Amino acid sequence: MPPEHFTPAHPDPATQALPYPLALGRAGLSGFPSPAQDYEGRTLDLNERLVKHPAATFFMTVTGDSMVSLGIHESDLLLVDRSIDPRPGHILVAMVDGEITVKRYELLGNQPHLCSGNPRYAPIPLRELDCQVWGVVRAVIHEYPV
Amino acid sequence: MTLIGLVDCNSFYVSCERVFQPRLVGRPVGVLSNNDGCVIALSNELKALDITMGMPAFKLQHLVGQGRIRLLSSNYELYGDMSQRVQAVLGEFSAGVEPYSIDEMFVRFDGFEPGQLLEHARQLHHKVRQYTGIPVCVGVAPTRTLAKLANRAAKKIPAYGGVCVLRAESVETRALLRRFELGDLWGVGRRLVERLAVLGIRTGWDLAQADPRWIRRQFSVTVERTALELRGTPCIEMNDVDEARQRIMTSRSFGKLTDNLGEIREAIRQHGQRGAEKLRSQGSLARAVLVFLKTNPFRNDLPQYSSSLAVELPRPTDDSREILSAAGQALQRIYRKGYRYQKGGVMLLDLIDADRQQLSLLDTPQSTADRQRSQSLMATMDELNRRMGRGTVKLGTPSPGAAWHLRCNHLTQRYSTRWEELPAVKAR
Repeated sequence: MPPEHFTPAHPDPATQALPYPLALGRAGLSGFPSPAQDYEGRTLDLNERLVKHPAATFFMTVTGDSMVSLGIHESDLLLVDRSIDPRPGHILVAMVDGEITVKRYELLGNQPHLCSGNPRYAPIPLRELDCQVWGVVRAVIHEYPV
Repeated sequence: MTLIGLVDCNSFYVSCERVFQPRLVGRPVGVLSNNDGCVIALSNELKALDITMGMPAFKLQHLVGQGRIRLLSSNYELYGDMSQRVQAVLGEFSAGVEPYSIDEMFVRFDGFEPGQLLEHARQLHHKVRQYTGIPVCVGVAPTRTLAKLANRAAKKIPAYGGVCVLRAESVETRALLRRFELGDLWGVGRRLVERLAVLGIRTGWDLAQADPRWIRRQFSVTVERTALELRGTPCIEMNDVDEARQRIMTSRSFGKLTDNLGEIREAIRQHGQRGAEKLRSQGSLARAVLVFLKTNPFRNDLPQYSSSLAVELPRPTDDSREILSAAGQALQRIYRKGYRYQKGGVMLLDLIDADRQQLSLLDTPQSTADRQRSQSLMATMDELNRRMGRGTVKLGTPSPGAAWHLRCNHLTQRYSTRWEELPAVKAR
């Protein structure tokens, strides 16, 4: 596809360099401070974006490949937030048989189950004794070799 | 009306390890001192095997070998971070959170109806566990001494479910004061128990009923205060409560908000030095030092930050130089530019009696000559400061600590503070 057919992500491209998203200064002649002044000198902070609850947020490293179909790869970084109450569809960290594992929380026949992204592993009913939720995965960070 | 809550983390060091190692849950687990010398923290399951605080690790090797118990090296960085997290969650429930030690915090509750407060305290109990993984007990009462009693009840009596809210002079408070021994009360040491018993005061209830002025004449203002507190009259402040002698805490607000590392370092040095003096005057040695820093939570207009770090000492010590060196390292790691700090402090943790020689043999060795030199230097310093005013003799920049870890074979990862030591989560 020739480049002119791409739709620009930004219809009116920003002219500022990235880390300082908005312009400084005052708006027109009115004398009111520009709302943009609030953003003076601020940088984008991934903590602010991803860590909603610092005291309850932990990081973990993934081993194994059963969640690849759900976008979680070996040695990815999981951002786990224990303050979220798990709902079906969430990716969870759970303790299963004394091991910390990552699973998807699903309702099967109205019963809560922990499922892996790989059909080789059978869903585990969440009511079984040796199975407890540790936290909810809020984000996955996949770093590329660069 | 203001009520005081005491939040106490259950088997704190072991609980921290269990958050990241679910296999340790329900098993007998102990945490060892520096150099894997002796047991300094135990799970209930380990206590049930008649293993006690301070027991040398080598005497337990056969149980470890048989796979019956697990012993771990102490991981103060992990414990400090988890303590910080517990405090942060408490901050959502109370505007006034004061750490009392690494695993105990006081929280103030203002303007609650008693019924509401019980619900609030249960929420707090639940949220701390959910957010951090650390189980806690919560005791709430009109005074610190009664809050401690309430906390003890919450811990020992299963029916409370980990939360006990007491009112002064209620039937429930009376029953608990009768039930627990005097020695279990805050600020009542063993010798005092014996002296009180001679006068027919055997339970907390007896002490609460005695005439406070008479108590003051017979004993001291401190005991009078305890008696008044048991009746529900608050008269003990945070800084008065060193009697427990399990930990020493020195902290104060900086005179003004400051972001100047030089000023903060000086304040932390003073706290460290003051803490070390207290340590020597009560004849204890500390195993670890915790430093904390925080901004003013009421200044919403300023960026907020609070942090703490616990650092293990090379050996149990009361030497100001070693304590200041560890405190300096901890401060260096938690200080962040760009924040205006309101308060900082130093906690000395896991104290032991200085005269328990067998412990020092098991810990990192220090030659007798070395120890005597250190003792006479510290004694001279304390004497000069006593005679000529505090701060007459101060220590300069301490020399960096020597060998920090000779042996810690069972060290767990610093799961929550180091990128290279994160817990692994299995996808299978």
